[in-house]
Amino acid sequence: MREISVDLIRDAVAALAVKANTVVDARVEEALKTARQREESPVGREILDQLLQNAEIARATATPICQDTGLAVVFVRVGQDVHLTGGSLEDAVNQGVAKGYTDGYLRKSVVRDPLDRINTKDNTPAIIHYEIVPGDELTITVAPKGIGSENMSRLYMLKPSQGAEGIRQAVLQTVREAGSNACPPLVIGVGVGGNFEKCALLAKRALLRPLGEPSPDPAWAAMERDLLNAVNDLGIGPQGLGGRVTALGLAIETYPTHIGGLPVAVNINCHVARHETVSL
Amino acid sequence: MKNITAPFDKETVRSLHAGDTVRITGTIYTARDAAHKRICEAIAAGTPLPFDLAGAVIYYVGPTPPRPGQVIGAAGPTTSGRMDAYAPTLMAEGLSGMIGKGERLPSVIEAMKAHTAVYLAATGGAGALLSHCIKQSEVIAYEDLGTEAVRRLYVEDFPATVVIDCYGENLYRTAPEKYRR
Ligand code: SF4
Repeated sequence: MREISVDLIRDAVAALAVKANTVVDARVEEALKTARQREESPVGREILDQLLQNAEIARATATPICQDTGLAVVFVRVGQDVHLTGGSLEDAVNQGVAKGYTDGYLRKSVVRDPLDRINTKDNTPAIIHYEIVPGDELTITVAPKGIGSENMSRLYMLKPSQGAEGIRQAVLQTVREAGSNACPPLVIGVGVGGNFEKCALLAKRALLRPLGEPSPDPAWAAMERDLLNAVNDLGIGPQGLGGRVTALGLAIETYPTHIGGLPVAVNINCHVARHETVSL
Repeated sequence: MKNITAPFDKETVRSLHAGDTVRITGTIYTARDAAHKRICEAIAAGTPLPFDLAGAVIYYVGPTPPRPGQVIGAAGPTTSGRMDAYAPTLMAEGLSGMIGKGERLPSVIEAMKAHTAVYLAATGGAGALLSHCIKQSEVIAYEDLGTEAVRRLYVEDFPATVVIDCYGENLYRTAPEKYRR
């Protein structure tokens, strides 16, 4: 049994929220540079240059990469041999979010009720996903997610007979509808299998995979490559203004499903594909 | 690349064509949905507006709070579609330019043609870069709306692309065709 104080968790969440919002992921920055090389559209190249310049300015001045600093999505993996001390885990995560968003000058975008729309003023509550795993480590990932791209995400309950082609059409339709609204170039997370809520979470988790890292399953890795090419062939381009670079990456996570179903979730993200992790 | 000055006179608006990249210098105003709603209510009631709409340029943005010493925090565009219900009313009062991101409704494009207005896109996800082009920022109305309050901004060499011009040409419609395979 290992003891971990929830204060450590609060401080870790605060630091991760600030880092995720002000430092562009190294793999994303590399991908933007490669994309700049292959983009054929002059307007597209100009936009990719702006995104690269933006990354430098954000890092140098601790200014958020994007003003939509998002809902704070937090993944907590708790080793079953960990004993948490000093308070509630959930409170600690939320205190960390409040601290990070306040001290880090991030935007507070959370309303307490979907209809009365009153701002909670500290960007809490976070959306927290817990997982209990073997061992005595605690791993926290903070993945702030903007609403522009979240609004363009979709869940499809396909029929098993629709198979791989159905998945392909679901992804392409989602990206087409997203158009310029999700600030392409995109990063796309796809969930396949499970049930209604599991599938959505798979898509979200696919966004946590390091950009460009293929699925360990060769068949799914092949589908990832094929879908990424198909997405880029849509011609939507940077910011939807036309071009060869519509997405920087696409990852698929899968799970066993029911004999009667083929759920597919497409979680759209922009190049501000934020996720920072620490193990305590 | 074209250098243009805000507010926009009608001649400037007519000289801009879908696909042009521009750098804007001058005074622009920020407003999002909540502020648009109040401006439209003020127009209907005949009460004073927070700024003169004649030739005005509105930037759809909800910035992050500035760090001490900064003029404004990250300040990239938000989705313009949420302002579609209000934009024609503002254009009828003289609004000449809108800066945001994403598609507009046909009713907005018709109003742009009728009132000689232009729609430009700033780069979504370039909030830190765009923040650096904003040299002055002052909340001038609806302070209670927080990030959605109306601000007067002075911008220098603010980069944008003309997406829909006053002739109804729409780059979002025409450009992807060229790069589709
Ligand atoms: S989609 Fe991404 S880049 Fe665009 S406004 Fe939202 S967080 Fe920012």
